[in-house]
Order: sequence, then C-alpha cells, then structure tokens
Amino acid sequence: MMLLAAPAINIDNAFLSGILGLIAFTLVMTVGVMYATWYERKIVARMQYRLGPTRTGPFGLLQPIADTFKLLTKEDLRPATADFIAFEAAVFAIFIPALMVFVAVPFTADWYISAIPMSLLYILAVSGLSFIGFLLAGWGSDNKYALLGGMRAAAQLISYEIPMILALVAVVMVTSTLDVYQMILYQDTVPLIVWQPLAFGIFLIASVAEVERPPFDIPTGESEVAGGVFIEYSGIRWSMFQLSSYVNMYAFALLGAFVFLGGWEWPFGTDIGWGYQLLLTMVKMSFFIFFYLLIRATVPRLRVDQLMSYAWKVLIPLSLYQIVTNGFVIVYDLPDVAFLLFSGLGVAALVYSAAFIVKRGEPRRPLTMVPVRATAKAAPPAPAVAADVVVEGAAT
Amino acid sequence: MTEVFFYIFAATVIGGALGVVLLRNIVHAALGLIGSLLGVAGIYILLSVEFLALVQVLIYGGAVMVLILFGLMLTRTRELKENLDGDQKPLAAVAALVLLGTFIAAFANTEWPRDVGQITTVPFNDIGNALFGRWAVPFELLSGVLLVALVGAIIIAMQEEGEQ
Repeated sequence: MMLLAAPAINIDNAFLSGILGLIAFTLVMTVGVMYATWYERKIVARMQYRLGPTRTGPFGLLQPIADTFKLLTKEDLRPATADFIAFEAAVFAIFIPALMVFVAVPFTADWYISAIPMSLLYILAVSGLSFIGFLLAGWGSDNKYALLGGMRAAAQLISYEIPMILALVAVVMVTSTLDVYQMILYQDTVPLIVWQPLAFGIFLIASVAEVERPPFDIPTGESEVAGGVFIEYSGIRWSMFQLSSYVNMYAFALLGAFVFLGGWEWPFGTDIGWGYQLLLTMVKMSFFIFFYLLIRATVPRLRVDQLMSYAWKVLIPLSLYQIVTNGFVIVYDLPDVAFLLFSGLGVAALVYSAAFIVKRGEPRRPLTMVPVRATAKAAPPAPAVAADVVVEGAAT
Repeated sequence: MTEVFFYIFAATVIGGALGVVLLRNIVHAALGLIGSLLGVAGIYILLSVEFLALVQVLIYGGAVMVLILFGLMLTRTRELKENLDGDQKPLAAVAALVLLGTFIAAFANTEWPRDVGQITTVPFNDIGNALFGRWAVPFELLSGVLLVALVGAIIIAMQEEGEQ
C-alpha cells in the first residue's frame, strides 16, 4: 500500500514525486470510494431497519467490485444532439479539481504530496472550479432536465461557497495562518471546534451542500429533475461523476477534520508516530462521513427556495456574526473563552433559525390545485409559480 | 524545467485567447477563456506570486466564469446561426497587429537585467496589512461599490407585486 510506503520513499525530484503521489493517490482513492459506497449502503440500511448488501461475499463486501464491473462494462452512450466538447470535457472538469484538492492535504505531520504555504486558499480555489463541469454537463447534454440540474448545481455551489469560505475566514482569524498544516499545529491541545462551534456548524452544513449530498441533493434530485446533470451520462462517465462526488465528500471531511478537529493532533502528546497520526486523521474524517450518511438517512430533501434562503438568510449572516465577534475578541484581547461564548450564542441562533426557516419557507404564491376533470370555466387560471426561476435569478 | 512549464502555460493562455476570438460556439469560447485565465494563474505561480495565482483561480476561474457561463447558457445559444464576425474584423486585426508590434518593439528595446538575484516573495501578511492599513479607504470604497451593485442586482431581479 502506498500509504504505508510513502514516508519511506524519498524522491528528490519534486515534480516526479508529486506526479507519482497523485497517481498512487488516485488509485487508492478509487478503492476508497468503492468501499465508501459499501459503507454508505450498510449504514443507511441499518438506519432504515434493513440489511443492505449481504449476498456478495461476507457482509456483502464484494458488492462494490461487482458494481464497478457492471458500471465499467455498461454501454457508453452519448446523445446525438449533445455538444461533443462540453459533454466530454464536463467529466474531467469535475473529476480533476476533486482530486487536485488532495495535493495540499497533509495526512500526517510528514506525509503530504506537496507543502503549499497557503493550502487552505488553494483547496478553496481548486474545489470552487467544479461548478464549470456541472454547467458544461447540463448544457452539453442538450436535455432540459440536465440544464435545469446544471443551473441548480451551479447556483447551489456558488451560494454555499460563500458561508463556507466565511466560516473558514473566521477560523483563519483565530489561527492567523492560511496554511492547513499550521492550523493543525495550532490545535495541539484544544481543537478549534471548541473555540469556534458556530464556524464548525456552518462549515458542516455548507460542506454537505457543496458535495451535493442529501438533503442538499437538489441538483440531482430524482423526483424533480430525474438525475439532473447526470441524466444523459452512463457507464464509465457516470461512474466518474459518482467518483468525484465521493472524492469531494472525502475532501471536505478531511478539511473539516484538519481545520476543526485538529487532524493528527490530540491532547495526549504529539509524537505518536505517523501510523497513529494517520489513524487519528482517518477517525476524525470518519466522524464527518458518518454525519453525512446520518443526515442522508434522516433529513428529507429541501426545496430549492428553502435551500437558497437558508444559505443567504441564515448561514451568511451568522458567518458574518462569527467574523465580527472574532474581531472583537482579537482586537480587545479578550480571553479565549470569549470565542466560545460568542460562538455558542451563534450556534443557538443557527439551530433556532434552521427550524424557523424550514417551517416558514412556504412558496411565494400558494399553488392552486386544479381538478383534472374540471371544466374550463370552473378551473381558475393556474398561477405559474416558478420557484426555480425566481430563486436562481436572485442568486445570479 | 521551469521554461518548459512557462511555454506550456503561455501556449494555454494564447490558445485559450485565440479560442475566445475564433470559435463559433460561444460556450466553447467561454471554455477557451477559462483555459486562458487558468494559464495566467500558472504564470503567476512561475513568477512565485502564489497568492495572486490562487486569487486568480478563485475569482476569475470561479466567480467571473460562473457569471459568464450562466449568462450564456440561459440564452438560446444553440439556435444562434448568424455570423458572429462583424464588418470591423480587418480593423480589429490591424489594431491587434499594431499592439503586438508595439509590445515586441518595447521588449526588444528594453535592457533586461540578466541576474535578478534572490526572488523576494511578499509575505501574505504584508499584503493584508497594506490592504487594510495604508489602502483602507480605497478598499472600503470598493466594498461600497460592490454593495451598491449587489443591491441593484436584487432590485432588478425582484418581481414587483402583481408582475408575472
């Protein structure tokens, strides 16, 4: 395994070692994603009082391998009217940024592909490029559902990028560094989730929206846009989209584990060897993954207008509040407990407003149900409520 | 090694820019623009201004391109059959060639220092201090302009009561 061998291999050429690291990482990530699907199916099945895959191998462990073969051998279709360049480029425009994020991720204290001084900014910049792929896939497929899904995906990605970046800015104010490595070193005794619970909560919610997992899977919602941007994709291209989606999930889980839970640091001493450091990182990452699966199984999908109003009316004001209170604490040199105090108040507001917005998030105009057999006279003129158009127009 | 990268990035920038001008399909042209902007980010990295490179990717690659792509895709570009080239094409070509000639002449006549010595990278903290200390007033003015633009966009997008 590369993970075990990597600290032992020392390649002089930075470029070569970067390339080798990325290739090895891509391969490991593919297997990791295959088993993430297995884990997800098992966990969600348990939450829904089912068994999940059981037939293929012990505990259904061979199921992802069977799935992979099935997906790779499926016929690769492209609609005749699809735009060739956009349709083909979309896959890579999502896949490449998803994997490029990991270049800057320090898995342990001395195992990373590249030490980038401003790695947090790099991760945000690169992961922000993935919307191009969604727009291209939506437009290139020449399909109304795909276009609608692509628009929704891009609107959601850019809307939730703002609270996520603002929450991370709040953390950057506390640690006063843009380097994820330095941020981890800052948390050698107390993880940042203690001082910045509000930023953590905002990051957690926004990251679910950024990876477009349920309940924020509006761009790919089967019941609304029939799979969204992926509707015309099949076989290996569809698998690559799924792969990127899971890789993104890993990426945000890792970022959260580093920035808020302290990565490989823990209160009981630092020099525990890179193996245990890696284990700590993975365990902390698993908390996030488990949270993503938990809310997938328990929270119903949001409506588009709820999604947008939640980002713009709840998350962004609260992240600004976090930044302003952090500024107060830093400028007036208050003790660290003040971070916790202000941030805790914000968390209370976050929980309250979440319930409030979802409850009050009614459509702007009430939908009038028209009976199917109604005569033309009896039927009131159907008000065309286009929640999509209203909300997405406002977002741009 | 660095030179190889420079030529790769330079080719990306020029190729992307040519694509923007020459491609008939405007979404493909927008793709060329993305390539061009990312190539500029690569050249920034070669010039060891990583912060500028990352901001280039974040703002031009991310925020600006999403607006352009949104705008293009919401219009029915597929049915756009007419020729996108105007009558001013020769004039534009002459202007571009004159500009190119001026640049080449300027480059050829400048004495470039052979040895720049140690490259001094500006620390990120200095950029922040300068931005919020010395240049705080322009920064705040720019924020005001952006806020006005934001409010204006909301007003334009907002539906009036009774308006469909």
